[in-house]
Amino acid sequence: MREGLIEYALRLGDDSLVLGQRLSEWCGHAPMLEIDLSLANVALDLVGQATHFLKLAGETESAGRDADALAFRRDVLDFRNCLLVEQPNGDFAQTMARQFLFSNWQELLFRELTHSQNPVIAAVAAKAVKEVAYHCRLANEWMVRLGDGTADSHVRVVEGLEWMWRFVDELFVTDSEIERLIEAGIAADPRGLRPEWDLRIYQVLASATLDRPKPRRAVMGGRRGHHTEHLGHLLSGMQFLPRAYPGAIW
Amino acid sequence: MNSEWPLWEVFVRARNGLAHRHVGSVHAADARMAIEGARDTYTRRMEGVSLWVVPSAAIAASDPGEAAVLFEPAADKIYRHPTFYSIPEHIKNI
Repeated sequence: MREGLIEYALRLGDDSLVLGQRLSEWCGHAPMLEIDLSLANVALDLVGQATHFLKLAGETESAGRDADALAFRRDVLDFRNCLLVEQPNGDFAQTMARQFLFSNWQELLFRELTHSQNPVIAAVAAKAVKEVAYHCRLANEWMVRLGDGTADSHVRVVEGLEWMWRFVDELFVTDSEIERLIEAGIAADPRGLRPEWDLRIYQVLASATLDRPKPRRAVMGGRRGHHTEHLGHLLSGMQFLPRAYPGAIW
Repeated sequence: MNSEWPLWEVFVRARNGLAHRHVGSVHAADARMAIEGARDTYTRRMEGVSLWVVPSAAIAASDPGEAAVLFEPAADKIYRHPTFYSIPEHIKNI
């Protein structure tokens, strides 16, 4: 059970950490100052969640690793995030497509986790579910604006969804690592989230005049450390400073 | 056509019971986006509990050229300031 909890806390933490890092790449580059700030806000919410979950993983492991050690001194194979969050930002529409698919899943997940038998997970989820509800609101609206916007924005968001869609199924699978945690009421069963997620996604796509993406062969493996080529590049940027200057503070 | 989004003036209510105060402006395509832009720009550090946004174009302003006519006559009316009685120590807000 202890091994499972470490694994689960890493998965939750790494999802938030990697997506937070991705979004922060927009800082100073977004199309408008207002969008720049809103993406940075979402990124900070996610990094905050990651701090709590990785702290829980480190404390459960009791091997002397804190959240920083787990974030900055693990390599690609040890990361447990889903593949969706590590996908490149592309253009703004692609970034929003990724956020739309992920935040709607994360809100449903955290809603379940507020009832977790693990008090830390329940407390973090209770705080984070409000943050993520806002991320959903932002992303859902941008999907409609972009999908039902100009011919150019429509094409871009269709292409963004096409890129991200094959990574969706991974969000809803489970494995032997967390099966026992689900039985114990500590983890949420992701399979149960799919019907409501589908409903939310398809409602927004309909108002955005976007077709449902065609089914794609699902790509999975993130939960076992089998990542796409993009994660290594992300980590090299994120981890450079603490690796080059161990113990640096400011 | 102007490719920039229109400007909106942002008002924040810091606490219940206080009035909304003007804090700045945001660019946004519509009111809902303006509320979100204002939320992310002006209430990130718990500055408020309520937001108003108003299209900047909807605000009528006084003419700076008339400032002397409009405002200077008030300058020598000191009897309009409630400064001729003392306020007890324990009164915090008036």
